[in-house]
Amino acid sequence: MKSHDKSPLATQVVLYFQIHQPWRLRPFHFFDIGSNHDYFDTPDNEEIAARVARQCYLPANALLLKLIQKYPQLKVAFSISGVALDQFQRFCPEVIDSFRKLATTGSVEFLGETDYHSLASVVPGTEFEEQVLDHTAKLQKYLGVHPSVFRNTELIYSNAIGRKICGLGFNGVFLDGIGNILGTRSRHQLYHHPEDTGLRLFLRDYTLSDDIAFRFQEHGKKLTPEKFMTSLAKTPAHAKVVTLAMDYETFGEHQKKESGIFKFLEGLLTSLATSGRFHLIKPSDAVTTVLPAGPLDVPDTISWADTERDLSAWLGNDMQQDAFENLVQLGTRVKALHDAELTDRWRRLLTSDHFYYMSTKKSNDGEVHAYFSPYASPYEAFVNYMNVIHDFTGLVGAREKDLSVANEQEASLKAEAERREMHTPVWAMKLENSYEK
Amino acid sequence: MRVLMFGWEFPPHISGGLGTACQGLTESLVQDGVNVVFVVPKMGGDEYAPGMQMISGADIPIPVARPSSQKTPLPQITAVTGTILDARQAKPDGNTMTTTPTSTQVISLTPRPHFAAPRAVASMTVVQVPSYLTPYAVPALPYAIDFVVAQENVPFDIEESLESAYDNGEAADTRSEIQASATNLKDCEGVSPVLNTVSSSGAEDVALDELEVTEFTTYPFSGAYGGDLMQETARYADVARSIAQHHDHDVIHVHDWMTFPAGLAAKAESGKPLIVHVHSTEFDRSGDHPHPAVFAMEREGLQGADHVVAVSAWTKQILVSRYGISPAKISVVHNGVVPKERSAALARRPGSQVVTFLGRLTFQKGPLYFVQAAFKVLQKFPDTHFIVAGSGDLFPAVVEHVAHLRLSSRFYFTGFLKGDHVDKVWSVSDLYVMPSVSEPFGITPLEAVQAGIPVIVSKQSGVSEVMQHAIKVDFWNIDALANAICTVLAYKSLSSTLRKNSKHEIKNITWAKPARKIKTLYHEITR
Repeated sequence: MKSHDKSPLATQVVLYFQIHQPWRLRPFHFFDIGSNHDYFDTPDNEEIAARVARQCYLPANALLLKLIQKYPQLKVAFSISGVALDQFQRFCPEVIDSFRKLATTGSVEFLGETDYHSLASVVPGTEFEEQVLDHTAKLQKYLGVHPSVFRNTELIYSNAIGRKICGLGFNGVFLDGIGNILGTRSRHQLYHHPEDTGLRLFLRDYTLSDDIAFRFQEHGKKLTPEKFMTSLAKTPAHAKVVTLAMDYETFGEHQKKESGIFKFLEGLLTSLATSGRFHLIKPSDAVTTVLPAGPLDVPDTISWADTERDLSAWLGNDMQQDAFENLVQLGTRVKALHDAELTDRWRRLLTSDHFYYMSTKKSNDGEVHAYFSPYASPYEAFVNYMNVIHDFTGLVGAREKDLSVANEQEASLKAEAERREMHTPVWAMKLENSYEK
Repeated sequence: MRVLMFGWEFPPHISGGLGTACQGLTESLVQDGVNVVFVVPKMGGDEYAPGMQMISGADIPIPVARPSSQKTPLPQITAVTGTILDARQAKPDGNTMTTTPTSTQVISLTPRPHFAAPRAVASMTVVQVPSYLTPYAVPALPYAIDFVVAQENVPFDIEESLESAYDNGEAADTRSEIQASATNLKDCEGVSPVLNTVSSSGAEDVALDELEVTEFTTYPFSGAYGGDLMQETARYADVARSIAQHHDHDVIHVHDWMTFPAGLAAKAESGKPLIVHVHSTEFDRSGDHPHPAVFAMEREGLQGADHVVAVSAWTKQILVSRYGISPAKISVVHNGVVPKERSAALARRPGSQVVTFLGRLTFQKGPLYFVQAAFKVLQKFPDTHFIVAGSGDLFPAVVEHVAHLRLSSRFYFTGFLKGDHVDKVWSVSDLYVMPSVSEPFGITPLEAVQAGIPVIVSKQSGVSEVMQHAIKVDFWNIDALANAICTVLAYKSLSSTLRKNSKHEIKNITWAKPARKIKTLYHEITR
């Protein structure tokens, strides 16, 4: 990577794309409770995965591969949730193949995250660690890669979460570069965790990122690579790292092909690859080459969602909190059963999207919530989710009963065995016998 | 005794309510030898009305005033009782009454095949006016989706009118036109009012040349909720005038506010006495803030009526205090319930103790009191489960309140229930609670009793006046309600006594008694 000219003024650009598809719940009526335990058996999941693969993942990956072959200095990263990988494997395995091809170019890095794109980082206990390690194993299994930089669900982050991430062996993590954690400091630097100084913090430039993701066609005007590069060039000369991050679905799904989004992506990546001032860099390389500007303290939990940039997109209202508390409570019971299938179900229910659908926020944020939601209203999302929770609770209860019966049987067997056994050691029996004589 | 009766819903698609009451009452009246012509704005197609003749308002020709320059030959039209006119030539070009016909035609049809059999019985005439309107508050939010779907289940049967049209040889050549207009009708249904123009050039049927009009129109009632409701009541009145003219009757009997203009119009036409039957008032539905236009329509009907029937003393008191109607003019006639054996258990019980709310989630039904009482019950009996069956504008508020109190693990929301789903819910319920703020009658507790479930009702309900073996509390008294629920759950003997006695009691709450009372009323008023 040192082959390219590296003037002292060069600014590194880290670009990552997020990919996620939840296991959506099927419509689950009150009368389904106790009689039908297929929560995720809906054609929606397959249809959506196949559609987005066709419109976005496959054409975008093909474009990326072509460009990387032309410009080997082009570097990008992907953050792909484990549930998305599982659905690709099942519904459209060619997507996995196309990512594996990208992985072998050496220009593409894959980030760690929670396996189920879940709210595990706010669940008490070790759920977070378990899901992160599972996700790491999944990346190895599907793509043959090992992540060293982390991106939590929806950029949920705090000092405490950073500590856990560091403990899992990651040396970098992404945050949203919001004002109330940075104060007057620049988001165009790398920082480190206040205590775990080995953990580098990347701060997403949400203005530049959202210019592409949300404002590609605003007010009838389209963004061009030139316009974007002009905005990018306005970053101060001493800027060390510019972090751009967005949904990969922006390309071909949120913005359809007809909008010219792929032309834009091609132009943008070409401009970045051939720019004198800006150099694309993989996150793991940035961690080792860019000196941190100092510690960054994040005492309260932040995220990249909504205007509030906190947890309110998922746990803001009573319905979300009640549903979440019910699920967390159920979690301890599920784990005690040591049943992989039940644990998988429980984790799918912990995926952040289900809670996102229950948001009752109004205005712009509400529209974004509604765009992603398969439900007519947050109330229906909640009722459907709770119907599933009710059924799942019944399922767990039945399994617990089976287990306690099995345990009882085992215990009584043991007791019986003990009762029949002579517990006196042989030497003592001998001794006893000698006394009698 | 011949009665011209106007309702809004005849087949009870929604459990309880106006349709159920109208069906129960008219069937018993017919058995009592009363001749009933029952008019509904729109028929669903599954009305079973033995001994009744039903007439659809959508098929009633209405005189339309036309500019004199467009004089056409006097129309002749089939208007024989028992014959349904079904010519449709829709002109969905707005609300104007001067729709120009492209051709004049009449298609006279015999009664629709599936009506023919029950219709053959003599004593009751049912005038078909397709209906799915109810007197209840319009669910304003999109969450009441099931409710809307329920309406869509009863579309006007276009195919059938076409089939019938083919049966009539004369109409064959107008086939394509009818088809085209039928399509329009379908598109416009529930969206905008459409005028059907029926003119006639055929001379072999009964001539109506005494009418000084040149054109007839029929109104396809949209049967939809929403802003057009007021307009539809006015149109219904137009239709009523025409029906009153063509059906001999001794007394006019109308049910709830949307039919009041129709009743007044019919009375103006025939001069016969008008009985206004109140199943629900605007104060029940909206509390202290009645819809001014609805209130005005109710008061006009009540004042213009020769006599008023209230479904309970509770309602009578509202009519006296809020509408200023003289108590002497009002008779209380409690509703009955049609005996029914409920189907056996089908659903799986969500828990060992299940308490159920079944009704629309509206201010009137008091669902939030149910939630608050549940909160208190759960402190005593943490394993109680609560079903909320129904939809309505309070659905979001009820869900949010449940979540706020962190009761979601004990609550179940079924949405609006149709058909045997109601029986399924009964089959898993241990107790039914109706905490209505103001319930003119309330038939659901009686249905719960039929299903063998003990009930708690609010004192602010008409049904509490006829039930001795139910626990009665003030709707606002959460503590009393919670306490009542706890006692029924705790004492199996109480629960089984209530169950047994109320089931016995309900055998006497039939429609025969109210029908007799109303028949007497007819005789008194026509004397």
